[in-house]
Amino acid sequence: MQEELIRRAKELLGDGTVVRVMGWRKGDLSFNPEPALFETEESLAEFVYDGFCGANLSKYMIKLSKLEGKTLVFLKPCDTYSFNQLVKEHRVDREKAYIIGVGCDGSLDVDAMKEKGAKGIQEITEDGDTVTVRAIYGDKTFDREDVILERCRACKGGAHMVYDELASNADEEKPARDGRFSLVEKIEVMDPKERFAFWQNELSRCIRCNACRNVCPACSCIKCVFDNDRYDTAQKANADTFEEQMFHIIRAFHVAGRCTDCGECSRVCPEHIPLHLLNRKFIKDINTFYGDYQAGADTDSRAPLTNFTTEDVEPSIVQERG
Amino acid sequence: MQRIGVFVCHCGTNIAGTVDVKRVVEAVKKEPGVVYAEDYQYMCSEAGQQKIADAVKNEHLTGIVICSCSPRMHEGTFRKAAEKAGLNPYLVEIANIREQCSWIHKDMEEGTEKAVILARAAIAKVMLNAPLQPGESRVVKRALVIGGGIAGIQTALDIADAGYEVDIVEKTPSIGGRMSQLDKTFPTLDCSSCILTPKMGEVNAHEKINIYTYSEVEKVSGFVGDFSVDIRKKARYVDMDKCTGCGLCQEKCPSRKTPNEFNRGLNTRPAIYTPFAQAVPNVPVIDTEACIKFKTGKCGVCSKVCAAGAIDYTQKDEIITREYGAIVVATGFDTINLDKFDEYYYNQSKDVITALELERLMNAAGPTGGNVVRLSNGEHPKNIVFIQCVGSRDVTCRGKSYCSKICCMYTAKQAMLLKDHYPDVDVHVFYIDVRTPGKNFDEFYRRAVEEYDVDYIKGQVGKVSEAENGRLLVQGVDLIDNRQIKMEADLVVLATAIEPNKDVRKIATMLTASIDNNNFLTEAHPKLRPVESPTAGIFLSGVCQGPKDIPETVAQAGAAAIKVVGLLAKDKLVTNPCTAQSNPLFCNGCSACEKVCPYGAISYEEQQVMDGGVRENRRVAVVNSALCQGCGACTVACPSGAMDLKGFSNRQILAEVDAICR
Amino acid sequence: MSIEAKNENKEFKPLIVAFCCNWCSYAGADLAGSSRLAYPADVKIIRVPCSCRVNPLFILRAFQKGADGVILCGCHPGDCHYSTGNYYARRRMTLLFSMLDYLGVENGRTRVEWVSAAEGVKFSQTMNEFVEKIYSLGENVRLEDLRCKKN
Repeated sequence: MQEELIRRAKELLGDGTVVRVMGWRKGDLSFNPEPALFETEESLAEFVYDGFCGANLSKYMIKLSKLEGKTLVFLKPCDTYSFNQLVKEHRVDREKAYIIGVGCDGSLDVDAMKEKGAKGIQEITEDGDTVTVRAIYGDKTFDREDVILERCRACKGGAHMVYDELASNADEEKPARDGRFSLVEKIEVMDPKERFAFWQNELSRCIRCNACRNVCPACSCIKCVFDNDRYDTAQKANADTFEEQMFHIIRAFHVAGRCTDCGECSRVCPEHIPLHLLNRKFIKDINTFYGDYQAGADTDSRAPLTNFTTEDVEPSIVQERG
Repeated sequence: MQRIGVFVCHCGTNIAGTVDVKRVVEAVKKEPGVVYAEDYQYMCSEAGQQKIADAVKNEHLTGIVICSCSPRMHEGTFRKAAEKAGLNPYLVEIANIREQCSWIHKDMEEGTEKAVILARAAIAKVMLNAPLQPGESRVVKRALVIGGGIAGIQTALDIADAGYEVDIVEKTPSIGGRMSQLDKTFPTLDCSSCILTPKMGEVNAHEKINIYTYSEVEKVSGFVGDFSVDIRKKARYVDMDKCTGCGLCQEKCPSRKTPNEFNRGLNTRPAIYTPFAQAVPNVPVIDTEACIKFKTGKCGVCSKVCAAGAIDYTQKDEIITREYGAIVVATGFDTINLDKFDEYYYNQSKDVITALELERLMNAAGPTGGNVVRLSNGEHPKNIVFIQCVGSRDVTCRGKSYCSKICCMYTAKQAMLLKDHYPDVDVHVFYIDVRTPGKNFDEFYRRAVEEYDVDYIKGQVGKVSEAENGRLLVQGVDLIDNRQIKMEADLVVLATAIEPNKDVRKIATMLTASIDNNNFLTEAHPKLRPVESPTAGIFLSGVCQGPKDIPETVAQAGAAAIKVVGLLAKDKLVTNPCTAQSNPLFCNGCSACEKVCPYGAISYEEQQVMDGGVRENRRVAVVNSALCQGCGACTVACPSGAMDLKGFSNRQILAEVDAICR
Repeated sequence: MSIEAKNENKEFKPLIVAFCCNWCSYAGADLAGSSRLAYPADVKIIRVPCSCRVNPLFILRAFQKGADGVILCGCHPGDCHYSTGNYYARRRMTLLFSMLDYLGVENGRTRVEWVSAAEGVKFSQTMNEFVEKIYSLGENVRLEDLRCKKN
């Protein structure tokens, strides 16, 4: 697959369709490729596409849209939702992107492999439904299903929402999976004290590294409200702890109705805080209260929070449903 | 450095009775930024305002907080006082320690503690206030009057006589309204049409007045001084310019079974009709639901008999858009539906009628030519019973809690007229109270009792039913004699409660004018601004604001007119400076704010932005401050906080929250 | 009551912030005042031009700073002075309140009530009910504690 994408990228660079390529580059370990920009055919030697290329490249297109000429960008199915959402918010320019929709069998989760006993990982090879790990303390073979990211267990399906061409592994027919809200529901049935304790246990681990914010395609503000001293919330300008303490709640609210549920926030969190469960709570409520809505499925619908009907439920529903 | 002055008002004992103002003064003096604090009996008085002015000058204040009544009451007063003293009026904040503190708390300790907290919140806010400069917007020199009854007519005439153009939009085919349905008027007993018809003619002939009858307001946009209104002119199917008003079409129309709305359904009318003989304009309309031509395609009699060739079956509704500086609501009233008042037998018997129906029966141009008869058999009634407060002063859900105000007087009028025309009849009036405040009103009522021998019975009627002899049986109580009354009657007249016209809710929504629980439009101030809506540029005339009789309506109509004239006489309006503003440095150009703006005040433009030494072209939001009304919807939609509201900024409100939660 | 006295007296005195829109609910509160319809002094009102001006941030700030309840009052749906502001507020608050509930702030501590300028009685009743509810719930969790585990 990787060879096909490199060949196609070289062709598009060569014939002048695009002037640069946004993709993934091999990392220092076998399981940590990173987003990278390629501007020459030679540099594409480092291009990589495998199960660890979970990173959503759509956000990079904000800056790349400002440059002269088109950029080739590879988007997995779930990444295309983010791209559309950014088009809708006038943050990326559709005309500045050449999109190749690549297929995805679910992104791999190295932590899951480590948890399952793979120690001292040296090399990982994917072969359809199995993943084989060569490691210092013994090789392991896993069912792919057991070592994919949690977000992929609630896959939105194989269809790309936007693309210029599709790679040969793209499977537009691949169905969406159920159970997207099962973890949210588990929290909902707790009593308030348990819920508070649950979130306290999770959020107290936050080290405020801002990785979630920086990776989030919806968190695309030129200047984040938390860095805006006009709001009286900037941590450096203010001895106040507001930003520090309310960060995740406010961030979740700001992306409510705009979050495509790409799951990048949880993927990058060094403390493994399930941040996507905050976003999914909003998505679940929006679907229940205002009808099913998938951010990024299109570029022209009105987002739930900039919309209303005169018959909307009253906020008292929160108490009434218990 | 901020230098804040705090002024604590006693409001006589209104505040000082439950708030220890001296302690408030001492407490606020300790707040950072406060350099001056004092208390005074009446801060809003001349002397109080002078104290503020003196302190501003002597203490070089940069902001002031007045702890007093609601800002809705005196914010304007104190802003003006500040301005006079050379301080920007928007550097004033009010802590509402009367309505929201002293008046609702009894305990001095509790009241004082809360007053201090409210003062602290206002101080925290004023520290962040910025001097604001109001902008300007234009004034379209034309007024719209919605409703062509006596209220609308009088308002239009008064505005037009002052030299401004007025359009009247009337839903029915003619102006005239309820007053045109009345026979005589109290307390002088002059004939209603004799005094109304000349006014209708005057409106029709006035060069400054345009009448759109059979028309409705469809859409309203804009704001005070600059409204844009879509008016739907419903198809009349009669050419207004060609029709001579000869009336032949109405005479020859073969479809004659539609209940006559003008006569309250007491007789019928043709499908092509003018509501009444003196209609203005005297041009009929075709009721397409009754018209045989429209229902079956065959007929066309009216077209054949019309010598002027005015009938045009192809006419379509037309929507015209007009601009106005001011809008007057004069939508009037109707009587309530009596379906839930079965005890009065109204739906069951033709001889139980409403007072408005009696007006039509008494009127010489009415369905019976002015003969008051029992509609069941055409005989003259001998014994007539009036029942007061049918649905008025009724706190159950079927009725109205308010007094309809006009019933006591018109009942006395109708009773006297009946006794006058038919000296042989007996008239009884069941009442809760007889309310006759008004010039010559009580004298009028006393004449009914003393000269005309009308039998007033204090008490309510429990049941009206049919007696065996075909007459009506009225059962009630006499509270003064404490006895049950059973009497036979030939005619029962119900003083039915009045309620605002059904359309008023729709119109109020279009105008964003507020409305009360009974659908009466709300005044900007119940005592001091009774003819203005809280929504700037919207004025109230007649019963749409509350029950009133003709003289009161006419007086209010004139008052509304002078308010309109006062507005239209201005060349420019000063706009509210508390508008939204976007910081291009933080704006993402995401369009969220634009989507929630109800005024279309936000647009986007490419701007060159210098950010951290880098020049960049960005798509950024721009607020048109003449259109922005300052609701703040955009500020919350904005994820980056680029959009903020002057006068109610994020920092200001957060500072208030902090001060309260300290 | 001085701060020292407050500390000695451990009796629960709730802190309640009420955001009121200028056109309907703030006027309703004024009417409650001029009609002398009492409600507890625990309620402190902040005037905003419209319910749609209330940023979830303001409510979170109140809860962070120790508020025991936050109530937002605006014009009845359909009667907004700015036509549509309260409709947006309604959606925002529904989602925010649901999220706060999800985080463990009891759902009785947040409320939206539509109060017209004519509804002084309703304003006073609403505040009395709300304060009573907060008393029954007792002291709130401190939202700021979400970020630091105490054990």
